[in-house]
Amino acid sequence: MTNSLQIQVVYFAKLRELTGLDQEAFSMMKGSNPTDVLESINERHQIDIGSNFKIAVNDEFSDWDIKLHDGDRLVFIPPVTGG
Amino acid sequence: MKEFNILSDVISLQSISAMVENNGIGAQSVFEGIVRNTNDGHEVKKLEYECYESLAIKEGDQILDEAIEKFDLIDAFCVHRVGTLEIGETAVIVVTTSGHRDQSFKGCRYIIDEVKVRVPIWKKEYYADGETEWLKGAG
Repeated sequence: MTNSLQIQVVYFAKLRELTGLDQEAFSMMKGSNPTDVLESINERHQIDIGSNFKIAVNDEFSDWDIKLHDGDRLVFIPPVTGG
Repeated sequence: MKEFNILSDVISLQSISAMVENNGIGAQSVFEGIVRNTNDGHEVKKLEYECYESLAIKEGDQILDEAIEKFDLIDAFCVHRVGTLEIGETAVIVVTTSGHRDQSFKGCRYIIDEVKVRVPIWKKEYYADGETEWLKGAG
């Protein structure tokens, strides 16, 4: 039994430019949620990406307080501007 | 029939019209969103659209289903272009068909309004002064 989760974070648009990455992996404590991952992103990159996002886990809209699972693919979705 | 699609090539009304079922249709409404040369007082030179495609297709399909149900549409299509677009090019096309005009007008309006606030697509503007900006949206 391991106490850590591997979470893949995929970046789009402004977040991709801020981090300079299309995606990256985070090793998180068991029980972590997207808010915890957001803090890890800010810490690793020494940035403040804000919090005005929707969340998608494994290509489904999700919630900030959901408990993440090992191997989850997490996307922070800035306000959309299509059309 | 319904189809929501994301394309990186030029999009045209003709390609969508070819898919329309000609069965019981009395009205067809079309919306085209065009790249404008100004925004918020800035002269815009071109746009770049980026998309989270797997979720965009799911959410777009959901919007089309809602429109068909709410407005009794026969067909509902939406195609959104991504990549770099020049001024005057078409960024998005919505086509709806129905028995009578009221449903197709309302369904078309519903689809474009929902797409603009729900589908994960982002727009970056390139301005005449060399600056660029990812638009912030309504969020």
